[in-house]
Amino acid sequence: MISLFILVGFVQGWSVSLVILNMCIVSAIMTMGVNISWGYAGVINFGVMGFLAMGGLAAVLVSYPPITEAWKAGGTGIGISFVLLIILITAVVYINKIVKKKTNRYIINALIIFFGTLIIRHFYLNATASIEDVNPAIEGFLGGLGLPIIFSWIVGGFFAAGVAFVIGKVALGLRSDYLAIVTLGISEIVVSVLKHEEWLSRGVKNVIGLKRPVPYEINLQNTDWFINLITYLNTSKLNDIIDVSQRQKVLNKLIIDGSSIFVKLSYAFLFLIVMFIIFYFANKAQLSPWGRMMRAIRDNEIAANAMGKDVVKQHLIIFVIGAAIVGVAGAMLVTLDGLFTPSSYRPLRFTFIIWIMVIVGGSGNNLGAIYGGFVIWFAWIEAAPITTFIINQLTAGLDPTNTLRLHLLDSVPYFRYLLMGLILLLILRYRPKGIIPEKIRHS
Amino acid sequence: MIDFLNSIIVLLNFIIIPGISYGSQLALGALGVTFVYAILRFANFAHGEIMSFGAMITILFTWFFQSQNIDLGILPTALLALPIGIIATIILCIISDKFVFQYYRYQKSVPVVLAMVSIGVMFVINAIIRIIIGTETIKFSDGQKFIMKAKQFKGMTGLNEGLALKSSQVITILITIALLTFTFWFLQKTKTGKSMRAFSDNEDLALLSGINPDRVVFITWVIVGVLACVAGTLYGLDKSYKPLIYLNLVLPIFASAIVGGIGNPFGAVVGGYIIAFSEIMITYAYKKFFIYLLPTSLEPSGLVQLLSTDYKFAVSFSILVIVLLIRPSGIFRGRVL
Repeated sequence: MISLFILVGFVQGWSVSLVILNMCIVSAIMTMGVNISWGYAGVINFGVMGFLAMGGLAAVLVSYPPITEAWKAGGTGIGISFVLLIILITAVVYINKIVKKKTNRYIINALIIFFGTLIIRHFYLNATASIEDVNPAIEGFLGGLGLPIIFSWIVGGFFAAGVAFVIGKVALGLRSDYLAIVTLGISEIVVSVLKHEEWLSRGVKNVIGLKRPVPYEINLQNTDWFINLITYLNTSKLNDIIDVSQRQKVLNKLIIDGSSIFVKLSYAFLFLIVMFIIFYFANKAQLSPWGRMMRAIRDNEIAANAMGKDVVKQHLIIFVIGAAIVGVAGAMLVTLDGLFTPSSYRPLRFTFIIWIMVIVGGSGNNLGAIYGGFVIWFAWIEAAPITTFIINQLTAGLDPTNTLRLHLLDSVPYFRYLLMGLILLLILRYRPKGIIPEKIRHS
Repeated sequence: MIDFLNSIIVLLNFIIIPGISYGSQLALGALGVTFVYAILRFANFAHGEIMSFGAMITILFTWFFQSQNIDLGILPTALLALPIGIIATIILCIISDKFVFQYYRYQKSVPVVLAMVSIGVMFVINAIIRIIIGTETIKFSDGQKFIMKAKQFKGMTGLNEGLALKSSQVITILITIALLTFTFWFLQKTKTGKSMRAFSDNEDLALLSGINPDRVVFITWVIVGVLACVAGTLYGLDKSYKPLIYLNLVLPIFASAIVGGIGNPFGAVVGGYIIAFSEIMITYAYKKFFIYLLPTSLEPSGLVQLLSTDYKFAVSFSILVIVLLIRPSGIFRGRVL
């Protein structure tokens, strides 16, 4: 795998290689998150996209500076509707407790929810409209807390865990097929909320220019120690050039390249730390008595239940933990991009690819999860150049303006889906346990 | 009285007719999903792409017929190409079964594995569609677009509100009625249909009484192919064909099948209409309707809309979740998962 990155570094440039590496690390973390719920306990989680989006939202809310004007315009309205919402939920919970007859309960609940929403909407719509009117070209939302973005990685985990807790409470009683469909649907709902609630996340207008946890290239290029470092690294190369102005030019170019690589390397460093922390704890958990109990639940739910394990509770716990890790990865993803675009969250890219990573890597094995994340993301990115190469080779005999050849070259980006599907089908058929299968311990 | 009629026309024009046609499309899709679930026992995530594939083949042949100047007069040419699309879709289904699903069926894999496999199939079909036809929106309906235009209706009746009737909507409704009648007749009256129901009800008993499982599965895929291709084409004809929209359509289709009771064909059809109508009714702005119905003093100031249209999609899922919580086997008691 490492040699592959080095190969890409030589063929397509180090910058490309590092971009792929960073995304691979983030994917590996997402994969570990899914692997924890699916591989350890057999709880299916097709809501990856929604949890990633929650992590992304956390990145925005933590790092973006607060917009006081918007708070003044609509803060009270939002506050009132929030309080009312909490009252409504408590009322529903309370009614569920005291009213025993089923039909009565449904009718009262429906009435309360209907009129409650009407009242809340009154405050809420006014507030959101006034917030969205504040400087709509660049702001128009409440903003965040203005803290360093690195905190958002933890907050993102908590956001995703909160959503997962609600989903789990509602849906975890269902069996796997239903659970898959329901989580998929709820993740779509989460994303569509983020897309359309502009006061919260600017919706489809996107949030750009998020702060970075690492230095900016332009600042690096003017820092003395960085220039010295680059000069030191390239001493022999620079000494070969005699002309002073020429040397300065080469040095400038080296500094610009070097700064971009340095920034990506520092991202990779931060991400690797997170990845190793999660990997360490995931492994520890898997080997602990708790992990053993999870495997027992996965392999035979009824037996585990008979042994006195609270299956429903454990399912909820593991679902929330898995979602939290995915949320961390979501915050990291937005940190890496520096922008939050709710409309870019699509199930094909953010749910199913992650699942392919889990299955290909080997469900139930953390090392396999990381491996799957790396391999699949690498294949996903490198599919396009490789297909171009193959198509060019295959159609070399044809006329350069041949329609078939041009059409195929046009559709190069789509071949990656074909590749992903084929990989998944082949792995499921011939190595159903994945490339690095789970080690079965008899102890 | 006139006001009352006007308000009824508003409802007809904006809710009932679009609801019936969208509901028919969902019902046909959900019927396909439910067939796969009842006989093959897994949730087929690839169903949306199968629909898209059928629509794509139909479009390709529509273009071919158009270039040959063959048309159906006032009817869209796509109807002529539809049988070819159906055959291609059936072939696709059979191929995917032979090369992919069959192995897991013989292995008696758990449903989740089969669902994963269907995701793989989804990726492959998705890629094939993108490679062949690209990702752009295609309008392929021709012939007469409207059976009745809003203006004509106003002239005919003298009412303020117009009632527009698109020919694609009428075609959708007619074809759906025909197809549903045929499917239910097939299931209830023919020997093969009965053997399919027996197989779905209890596989072991069906095998004991000499029903050939491979034949049942084959027939199932044929029916699924027909339903998927027709549903896909009708959806494309009504809205316009977007290759990638079918991936999103899979979710309301699943919702319909589950709400009606998965594995129960009748439930799937009802579920389709329930989902379609609730999506439209909850996101429709009733202002116009109330203006006609209420006296001037009570006229609503806002749009009288329960949820903004952005959340159309969320509605079907909320219904799904509510139904699953209250009645996990669906309205018409499907198979409990």
